[in-house]
Amino acid sequence: MPSAPPASPPESTTRVLLRLRRWARPALPRIALGGLTALGASLLALAVPQVLRVIVNGPLLSEGSQRGVILGAAVVLALGVLEAFLVWCRRALILTPGTTVERDMRTDLFRHLLDLPVEFHDRWSGGQLLSRIMSDLGTIRRWTVFGLVMLLVSATTVVVGIGLMLATSWVLGLVYLVGAVPMIWLGFRFREDYKVVARRARDQAGDLATTVEESVHGIRVLKAFGRGADALDDFARQADELRTTEVHKAKTQSRVSFALSAIPEAILAVSLGFGVVLTSRGELSVGALVAFFATAAVVNSPVERLGMLLAMTLDAKAATDRYLQVMDTGSAVRDPAEAVALPVADPAGSRVELSGVHFAHPRSASADGELRGGSDILAGIDLVLEPGETMALVGLTGSGKTTLLQLVPRLYDVTAGSVRIDGVDVRDLSRADLRAAVSIAFEDPILFSASVRENVLLGTDLSGQAADDLVAEALDVARAGFAYGLPDGLDTIIGEEGLSLSGGQRQRIALARAIAVRPRVLLLDDPLSALDVTTEAAVTGRLREMLTGTTTLVVAHRPSTVALADRVAVLEDGRITGVGRHADLLSTHPHYRYVLTALSALDDPGGADDAQADELAEVRP
Amino acid sequence: MSAPVTSATSESFEEQSTAAESRRIRRRSLGLLRSLLRPVAGAAWGTAALVVGAQLAAVAGPALVAYGIDQALPALTDGDAGPITLATAAYLAAALLGGVLTAATVRASARVSQTMLLDLRRRVFRHTQRLSLEFHESYTSGRIISRQTSDVDALRELLDGGVTTLASGVLAMVFTAVSLVLLDWRSGLVLLIAVVPGVILTRWFQVRTQVQYRKQRTAAARLIVRFVETMTGIRAVQAFRREPQVREVYGDLAEDYRGSSATSIRLNGVFDTGLTLIGNVTVAAVLLVGGLRALDGGIEVGVLVAAVLYSRRFFNPLQQIGMFYNSFQSATAALEKLASLLAEEPTVPDPERPKRLAEARGDVRFDDVEFGYGTGPTVLPHVDLHIPAGQSIALVGETGAGKSTIAKLLARFYDVRAGAVRLDGLDLREIDPVDLRRAVVMVTQEAYLFSGSIGANIALGKPEATPQEIEAAARAVGVHDLIAAMPDGYDTEADKRGVRLSAGQRQLVSFARAFLADPVLLILDEATSSLDVPGEALVQVGLQTLLADRTSVVIAHRLSTVMGSDRVLVIEDGRIVEDGSPFALVAAGGRFADLHADWQRSLRRTT
Repeated sequence: MPSAPPASPPESTTRVLLRLRRWARPALPRIALGGLTALGASLLALAVPQVLRVIVNGPLLSEGSQRGVILGAAVVLALGVLEAFLVWCRRALILTPGTTVERDMRTDLFRHLLDLPVEFHDRWSGGQLLSRIMSDLGTIRRWTVFGLVMLLVSATTVVVGIGLMLATSWVLGLVYLVGAVPMIWLGFRFREDYKVVARRARDQAGDLATTVEESVHGIRVLKAFGRGADALDDFARQADELRTTEVHKAKTQSRVSFALSAIPEAILAVSLGFGVVLTSRGELSVGALVAFFATAAVVNSPVERLGMLLAMTLDAKAATDRYLQVMDTGSAVRDPAEAVALPVADPAGSRVELSGVHFAHPRSASADGELRGGSDILAGIDLVLEPGETMALVGLTGSGKTTLLQLVPRLYDVTAGSVRIDGVDVRDLSRADLRAAVSIAFEDPILFSASVRENVLLGTDLSGQAADDLVAEALDVARAGFAYGLPDGLDTIIGEEGLSLSGGQRQRIALARAIAVRPRVLLLDDPLSALDVTTEAAVTGRLREMLTGTTTLVVAHRPSTVALADRVAVLEDGRITGVGRHADLLSTHPHYRYVLTALSALDDPGGADDAQADELAEVRP
Repeated sequence: MSAPVTSATSESFEEQSTAAESRRIRRRSLGLLRSLLRPVAGAAWGTAALVVGAQLAAVAGPALVAYGIDQALPALTDGDAGPITLATAAYLAAALLGGVLTAATVRASARVSQTMLLDLRRRVFRHTQRLSLEFHESYTSGRIISRQTSDVDALRELLDGGVTTLASGVLAMVFTAVSLVLLDWRSGLVLLIAVVPGVILTRWFQVRTQVQYRKQRTAAARLIVRFVETMTGIRAVQAFRREPQVREVYGDLAEDYRGSSATSIRLNGVFDTGLTLIGNVTVAAVLLVGGLRALDGGIEVGVLVAAVLYSRRFFNPLQQIGMFYNSFQSATAALEKLASLLAEEPTVPDPERPKRLAEARGDVRFDDVEFGYGTGPTVLPHVDLHIPAGQSIALVGETGAGKSTIAKLLARFYDVRAGAVRLDGLDLREIDPVDLRRAVVMVTQEAYLFSGSIGANIALGKPEATPQEIEAAARAVGVHDLIAAMPDGYDTEADKRGVRLSAGQRQLVSFARAFLADPVLLILDEATSSLDVPGEALVQVGLQTLLADRTSVVIAHRLSTVMGSDRVLVIEDGRIVEDGSPFALVAAGGRFADLHADWQRSLRRTT
């Protein structure tokens, strides 16, 4: 299942995690300070055994001083209270940065995704993006708040602790140090294995999210064909794969937890033997022996924690990799370095000129994994829309009409040639200016969870009475008067979280939305396909009146939609093979005649009425 | 035609905070957790045994140290090396055993937790598939996705390490306490007294975080809903320059989410600090009590050391337990949401005693049918209709007249309020769902393609179909040439939401799907609206073969499609107002005749 393009070559964990600086920078002082307090807290914890050593050697074993014992206990109490205070400080210091870093990374990714061209979204499945912006960022947050700090603190505690142990008794300290070597070695081995599995687990989780998303968005199809069980099988298989990976991950982790739990204890066992022997020979005081074990007890818990922290770090690395993979994707559709302004609009309308336009979808991996270059969908389009003209674009399904339309607002960029509005290449305009001048009604009307009014006003910045008038007019032209009769009128929430409308209703709202922009160039992608003939005729009539001064390109599949247009362009094999009036093309252009009537060139053209009658005759049982 | 929003029942609890309601919700989510645990109970107990073993091995340490200092040291000084050898060997054995058992615990607990997660994922997925369209239309896809991703993740975090952490933590505390009491009951008493404020603190933490984590789950779901909607509609967002507004809304939601997780983390900080404080005070107290008694010779120094080591150990796991509590609260909140989703009953339930429909003929009846969406107004007040097997029907009427509603009832996407829809005399509600779906197929305007190959997408109509059958279906609807010209033919990836296929091509693919499914009753709801004229003509030709001995109900705005049917029903305000052959209706003069005249005019105008 293709879900996301393959990952980039592996980078070192440190280098990847260091790239988080970009978001963590404002928080760094607090994180550093938090780290310091955490360090202070563990050093305090390490100080307790030293106090213990003094008490055992002094007041307890040699002096027998009650005051000494009480004083010692008071010092331990003070150290303990201070440690608790420092723990609180660490929490308080790191709290804000941890969550703001996550929020900033999340909004940055969102902003970046909004900026990435449609071509990117075509390639990436929703689940992979969703798992990145939710669960991967959560992992990163937990690591920055807890993992990173604790990793540094634990490592320092271990180092300082070993130092103290060496100071207490160099023999025993050495024993501990020697034991640490295999732990470090195992830790590194573990890192390599774990990294691979951690990334695989995350990618599989992303694929699973994609399957979930599809099963929800495609629910009507699954229900209509009763394929819920098959979808479940598919999902269960994927979920089971994820489970296998996770269990495998745990196996890798179990090796390191064996080492990190058995080795420190084994060291203590050996130390016990050595220590008792040394003490019996008088080479070590009882207090020092006690202090050694108390220190080892303090050090052992961060050692055991290291395994978990290491795993957490590697998980965070995998998550960061996945996050950066998207953030590093540059936008192919960019604003120009110095944007040109569109010339002031001519009341008669804008001139739109496509010259030598080629378009191919970018290379993508095919089923067998090999890269294929996309073949040209548009192979040299030359077309001029005169100011104020309404032109219909006619061609067989899949001939590239929708693609051509989307080149104008730069939802895709041409691979060769140029699209010009009033003489300015659309790539020289800022996208904001361009998309303010150009408006589009998609064939598949995309409405958002917002009120009817907000949906219609989506492309405008008007408010107040002007906005109300605009909505009223746009709804009127699109014959979307039904909107007033919805439960809350124009304030009714539609879209996914609101009232579900029929296909025809959605199409008319989307049309109203495109009109409301009052664009210089209007692009309509078969905007009336879901309307019945009567409604279509009414909309067509109003549209024609309203479109004076707006240059319009309308994709048409039916003669009735062509009725909107002054001229028609025929798209065939990636080129424009004819431009002219409907009636002329019908008699002179065989392909046009075929597309609109399904009659081959050999049939007598006759009148359109007859042609339609013939068509009926042909399809009648 | 439009389905009014039924109130989002399952989420309503978010706003309610009555104690009784809260308890009920909690019971339900714990019930879910229990039922997930049941199948893995054996393995879970096994894991628990491993944890006990590992903790027993760990708890031996300080006791051996005490033995070493108090017994083996004097013995060695007297020249007897036996005790210290024994102590060292025993400690080594405990270390090894502890390591092995800990490693085994990690593996075993992963197996248990991953098995539970698989079970949960499957249950939720299956259940959402079972739930009726009515539910899907009101719950929104983003929320369902959020349940199946981020909420399951929350439980994963709990199970991943949390449960073993808790078990080993609690056990470590119990064993440590027991060991200390055995070693020196007075020190043990000090430790046990310290448990009291610990429990009070934990209880406070539990109460405070429960509400907080619910808020956090809701905030997460809102983020996901907004994200999914924006990414699904990215074309419109970009084309209409809505990026700034969308960003702002998302930024606010991200800030809400940040705020709620910050509050949880803050509560955790207090908990963590409190535990450290209690622990450290206890260590000082044990030292004081023990030290004073050691002065009188009440206990030996080794025992005192062991007591200090034990009391320090005792509070070590508390931090981890705090972390566990963290993920536990978050998981409970997630489980509550999941449990409430699982508690949703399909409004179109499977029959209890399904009737088989072996050889369906395709005879359809609407008997006194009344219908409305949810609790909304009546959409179809009274429909009586008989469609003999093999007849092709066209439904005609204004947008919103109820045509799609009739189609949805026929496909049993919804159930009638009164009366019955029958296929071959059987109430749809009684027919075995597998048989029903084989007999009745509905193709809608939105031609959804799943990721995977084009061939696989067609095969959705009949999973066991051979490549030849798939190709035959594609040929029948005239999409074969198009697919054959693609880079990998039928193996070409359909890509995300099939965007690289035009709307018309997608409709052809979904039509091939229906063709392959070969149902006895085919419902086409605007299924050909995006086709061009030649495409539709091809489909029509294909339809003739398919519809020859099958029942069909077609909703189309193009009269060219309608005129080819046996019988036309004109629907107005949910009632059938005209019924007859297309030519008879045109001749009779009436609404259909008017429509036909309009159509004729529209054709003439284009010439």
